[in-house]
Amino acid sequence: MIEFRDVTFVHQNGVKALDSVSLRIDSGETVAIVGENGAGKTTLVKHVTGLLKPALGYVLVDGQKTTEMTTAQLSRKVGVAFQNPDHQLFSESVEEEMSFALRNFGFPPELVEQRVSWGLELFGLDEYRKSSPLVLSGGEKKRLTLACILAWDPEVVILDEPTVGQDSIQKERLVQTIRMLSSTGKTVVVVSHDIEFLWPMQPRVVVMKAGRIVGDGPAPRLMLEEELLDSARVAQPELVSFYQRLTPRPDSPFVDPLDARRWIEGRRSAP
Amino acid sequence: MGHLLEIDGLGFRYPDSPKMAVEGFDLDVSEGEIVVLAGPSGCGKSTLLRAVNGLIPHMYSGDYTGEVRVGGLNVKESNMRDLAQKVGFLFQNPENQIFMFTVERDIAFGLENLGVPRPEMRSRVDEAMRLLEIGELALRAPHELSDGQKQRVALAGVLAMRPQLVILDEPTSLLDPKTAAELVALVARLRKDLGTTFVVVEHRLDLLVKVADKLVVMNEGRKVIEGTPREVLFGDEAEAYGVTVPAITRVQKMLARDGFVSQDNLLSPGELAKALEGGTR
Repeated sequence: MIEFRDVTFVHQNGVKALDSVSLRIDSGETVAIVGENGAGKTTLVKHVTGLLKPALGYVLVDGQKTTEMTTAQLSRKVGVAFQNPDHQLFSESVEEEMSFALRNFGFPPELVEQRVSWGLELFGLDEYRKSSPLVLSGGEKKRLTLACILAWDPEVVILDEPTVGQDSIQKERLVQTIRMLSSTGKTVVVVSHDIEFLWPMQPRVVVMKAGRIVGDGPAPRLMLEEELLDSARVAQPELVSFYQRLTPRPDSPFVDPLDARRWIEGRRSAP
Repeated sequence: MGHLLEIDGLGFRYPDSPKMAVEGFDLDVSEGEIVVLAGPSGCGKSTLLRAVNGLIPHMYSGDYTGEVRVGGLNVKESNMRDLAQKVGFLFQNPENQIFMFTVERDIAFGLENLGVPRPEMRSRVDEAMRLLEIGELALRAPHELSDGQKQRVALAGVLAMRPQLVILDEPTSLLDPKTAAELVALVARLRKDLGTTFVVVEHRLDLLVKVADKLVVMNEGRKVIEGTPREVLFGDEAEAYGVTVPAITRVQKMLARDGFVSQDNLLSPGELAKALEGGTR
């Protein structure tokens, strides 16, 4: 469980990036954090990993204050794939990169090898095993950081803008990976502008604006609140705006394009 | 009309790489066109862009075949200085190309390097700031700006060089949707007002398809699809190559197959709902 209690954080230049934020994320939840550039999303996430310490208030991970935990303790529980993968890739080969954290956490060599192979295969990076991470494309680097994190099996996985540079096939794979994590009881926090990517997962959505949380609820409800979304500069999923403009309006928003087709076919065949 | 960019049978292989990064690639882009380049990650898009702005072969060596011409210049045989005045490049992350202490100094950076005389530099910087509506930021420090503003500053630096062709590498990927929509509107306006040609690499097509003339899909170094956004997105192949077909277009496609709506234009959610009015029963 992650809990923010009245957390305020002020950047060195005086900008209040978080303004009395209180938020509770239970184990096993999948939560999307949305909001315009500069709303405080990444700052929020950096508090969970202990990279930033609150000026006021505190953050609890599994009931323990982040300020009272070491980076090693925290990172064993919380894995983060940052927006810019270049900030977290530094080994000479892809394989080295993947085994680095595993060895640091003291995993036995056979298990390290097994996890590395599993991760590289899962994210389609096997052919780069011996290559330098620097030769990977932007999208591939992002997949590598995610593979590294999943390899040590943290309880909480945080993804900051995971779809940047990913094509639709990789995005679909990412959706499946998030569903897989969620089905195994992991807590998943996704920071993303890509509302079309988030929508099919129907996560709990937390909307941020100017360092505050201005909306929090299940996607199907929150994504209907046009005024709230507009004020936070968050786009509405296309399927939701389509649904809202239909007359008569269906019972619930379409999650998949197929839902729209079914509804329309149903209308046509109705007596 | 003449082509501003002509790529004929381009092939490139990086040293020590077993496979060609780009192979047998042909593309013609006319002046004032907006062309979107899409395709799975690692398909050769970045290599292609480098071959257009001259980083290939001038900075990256390798096996090079075919020819790339921009505004009459043969890229392989021209120097980077001449090319820099034909082709502007906006990186995905504006922080990679902003490094001066004030916005206006940053915009002037490329011009200073070219040795443009001061009065001319002043007027070009002012013009670029006016075009991008960032005049009030002139004396601000770039690092204090929002991501959308930083991107405008970087683009102003590119436009101050008055390039005929501007390449945008995933320009909206780090922007929130509203800021991204503003950037796309800006691109459309610059094309209209200045006649600038744009080649845009982008996975997210929902915004760009509204202003693009052409959509080109690459796979494994080759061009696999080329057409208008409507042709490509309603076609059957795009998704197989990793192109994200907007959700609403997928709905329109299915409904068109069943005869509910036409496929003459790409419709927005509101337009599609309207087209269905009364037609659902």
